[in-house]
Amino acid sequence: MTVTEVKPDTTRKIPEHPKSLLLRMDRMPHIWCSRCGIGITVGCFASAMEKTGLSPDDITVTSGIGCTGRVAGYVKADSFHTTHGRAIPFTVGLALTRPDLKHVVFSGDGDLISIGGNHFIHAARRNQNMLVICVNNFTYAMTGGQLAPTTPVTARATTAPYGSFERPFSLPTLAISAGASYVARWTSLHIRRITDSMTEALQRRGFRFIEIIAPCSTIYARRNKLGTGLDLMKYYYENSVIDHNASVDDLDIGFQSKIVVGKFVDKDRPSYGKSMHEHFRKVLGNKYQPPVSGKMEIDKSWSGCTESQDTTVTDEVQS
Amino acid sequence: MVQADPVGVLTGTHYLDGDHAAAEGACSAGCRFFAGYPITPSTEVAERVALRFPLIGGTFIQMEDELASIAAVLGGSWGGLKSMTVTSGPGFSLMMENIGLGVMMEVPCVVINVQRGGPSTGLPTLPAQADMMQARWGSHGDYELIALSPNSPQECFDLTIESFNLSEQWRVPVLVMMDECIGHMTERVVIPEAGEIELVERRYTNLNPDDYLPYKPCEDLVPEMAPIGYGYRFHTTGLTHDERGYPSMNAETQQRCVGRLLDKINLNRDEIIHVDKHYLDDADIVVVSYGISSRVAIPAVEKARREGIKVGELRLVTVWPFPEKLIRELAGNVKAFIMPEINHGQVVLELERCAGGRAETRLVKHAGGWVHDPETIYEAIREAAK
Amino acid sequence: MPESNYWRKPFDADKVKSPDGTVYVIKDRCKGCGFCVEFCPRGVLVLSTEFNRKGYHPPEVIHPDRCVNCDLCERICPEFAIYCLNQEEIIELAP
Ligand SMILES: Cc1ncc(C[n+]2csc(CCOP(=O)(O)OP(=O)(O)O)c2C)c(N)n1
Ligand code: SF4
Ligand code: SF4
Ligand code: SF4
Repeated sequence: MTVTEVKPDTTRKIPEHPKSLLLRMDRMPHIWCSRCGIGITVGCFASAMEKTGLSPDDITVTSGIGCTGRVAGYVKADSFHTTHGRAIPFTVGLALTRPDLKHVVFSGDGDLISIGGNHFIHAARRNQNMLVICVNNFTYAMTGGQLAPTTPVTARATTAPYGSFERPFSLPTLAISAGASYVARWTSLHIRRITDSMTEALQRRGFRFIEIIAPCSTIYARRNKLGTGLDLMKYYYENSVIDHNASVDDLDIGFQSKIVVGKFVDKDRPSYGKSMHEHFRKVLGNKYQPPVSGKMEIDKSWSGCTESQDTTVTDEVQS
Repeated sequence: MVQADPVGVLTGTHYLDGDHAAAEGACSAGCRFFAGYPITPSTEVAERVALRFPLIGGTFIQMEDELASIAAVLGGSWGGLKSMTVTSGPGFSLMMENIGLGVMMEVPCVVINVQRGGPSTGLPTLPAQADMMQARWGSHGDYELIALSPNSPQECFDLTIESFNLSEQWRVPVLVMMDECIGHMTERVVIPEAGEIELVERRYTNLNPDDYLPYKPCEDLVPEMAPIGYGYRFHTTGLTHDERGYPSMNAETQQRCVGRLLDKINLNRDEIIHVDKHYLDDADIVVVSYGISSRVAIPAVEKARREGIKVGELRLVTVWPFPEKLIRELAGNVKAFIMPEINHGQVVLELERCAGGRAETRLVKHAGGWVHDPETIYEAIREAAK
Repeated sequence: MPESNYWRKPFDADKVKSPDGTVYVIKDRCKGCGFCVEFCPRGVLVLSTEFNRKGYHPPEVIHPDRCVNCDLCERICPEFAIYCLNQEEIIELAP
């Protein structure tokens, strides 16, 4: 056992973190607790961005409110921290006005599925063009650990002090039945799988959904006497089962039960914008004026900064 | 100022109701993104937009509810298109939180409220002016925004355009506070040539990304926007934020952030506020009104004038911000203000505050469901003249 | 320190002799969660006994020669506090 000179030293200037171009390092350390899983998912997202070769100027990131809702503030792209539950409809506006960009929603389970649940199913139904990444920690963490629509039966929450008796939502099941084009679930331990899924999903169109089960160490783990986030990571290691062909009945998650993960849906279905475009072209013929995009309007009215920009205009109505 | 794009401008003389006229106003103003949810008596605006947008390059989407509609409008505006939604009381209540987000993030957008009787589901098909204070104070926290009140279908057209201009200039949501009566009243509406319609374009920064701070105000206290996807990589949040757009939650930043949002409107009131004045020069009594009530007031004022009562009329085209300075000036010269409103006393509270006891203020109230009988306003004028 | 097997073992792990990468820790950014230590497939790291500015124990590299530059520590770190670079990357990202 030899200890060599590689030992890092903070007094010495060390090379930049390889993700420093994609993350707002000027805001680190972030607000998340020690052993929280949210940061892992953000790191995977940065890796996925790198793998796709997309520049941060090709994407937007929008969050709602919650611990996960702070993700938008740490990704170095045009990023929007909106209101509780409304990241998806906000992104509907972004996606329809800027179809040339990729739009990502990054938020928590309470935000996306409880207060924002209606938006979630309708955006999936319409196949609205966005990648929705949901960090599911089975609780409302930011507000101190209340019952979430994902809290497993018998798990405790501050507003379910005797344990939950409500049936939780299985998020992939919800996304699949609402019509999402791409549906995957991983845990925060599956860093390579998450990265691959994000990479793949970033390159698709339509409504894409990735659920990531991740530890809330401070609140969920502690209240339920599950140890720390590290213990939850070990639990994921021991209890997750990869099954891409799982039936929706297998996707329910009980308290500390096995977790079926995998990529469950990956299909091509015309997105909202594309359906709109094709429909109007058919019924209105020459009278149809394809929608202008925000990019066209910006280019028209903006004398522009001097920085050179990629001016390739993708098919504006593909969204 | 630039001229309107002729594609959206239906030049000519039309017979339109206020709802349809407002929709045409949006088309003419260059609005190309609309997200909404049906509700009487505003639905006709959405219907007209749904009909027109595919023909003029706009994107119309019917959302799952009003919470979604206003959120999508904010997103659409950040995306670079002029964006609008329309609703009535119940939907307006649902939009409140994100109208606040629009104020906080400084997002130009237009929200039309075709007011009906409330509270709750109230009188879906009948008029009221009872959301005026909600427009001013309905979202939580301290804020200022702009609310206009048209009193004819022609003005529904004109003021919708004006709203887009104001929202771009001051980076703030602008509310068009119509009412069922104006919304469903059909009159002649003249839509001018595109070349005669002047539009305010968005003020995008010319700074390089490295020099740009998304919430650093210009001289008029309005920060410049950056287009998305052009290297600025900015962050914006509904949390209290510093000039970088980063959350900074302490009393000092709160004062600076909210203080500027208020000052931006308050210190620029003279430029924003628009009123109509009639017979004010020699007036002892002034009828202050807005929207449909200002039309109902005309015969009452005319009748009183014929009888020799020195009554003038002040119409608030801009209701918020309130023309405080003007009212304070008038209060020193007149005996009384009379305000007819289709509610039990909302904007009159502001009138009374500004009059500061120097002139009497009288409310002519109406619970909603119909407009005032001009006689009741006339009676109030006579009472005040005694 | 147990050499954990929570991550797949690089198939050529036994053949690897010299370190493929250099591990860097931004000590003051670390929140001592131990994920990197626990899941490093090669047992390169331990949590040190020293405290960083926030009072956490950052990891310390005890077996640099065993590192296979698999990047697991980088990606599993919720704090962006640890990363492993090969020679090319070091040059690219040099201060
Ligand atoms: C309209 C509204 N209601 C309630 C809240 C309070 N609130 C903030 S975060 C949150 C829950 C967030 O839970 P989740 O989305 O699961 O995110 P997490 O913190 O667990 O990552 C709630 C209820 C709010 N900000 N806005
Ligand atoms: S409270 Fe839970 S979810 Fe929030 S940052 Fe802490 S560990 Fe993460
Ligand atoms: S890169 Fe990190 S995780 Fe992989 S072997 Fe080296 S120290 Fe361990
Ligand atoms: S994973 Fe990161 S935060 Fe956790 S101990 Fe390792 S370096 Fe520190």
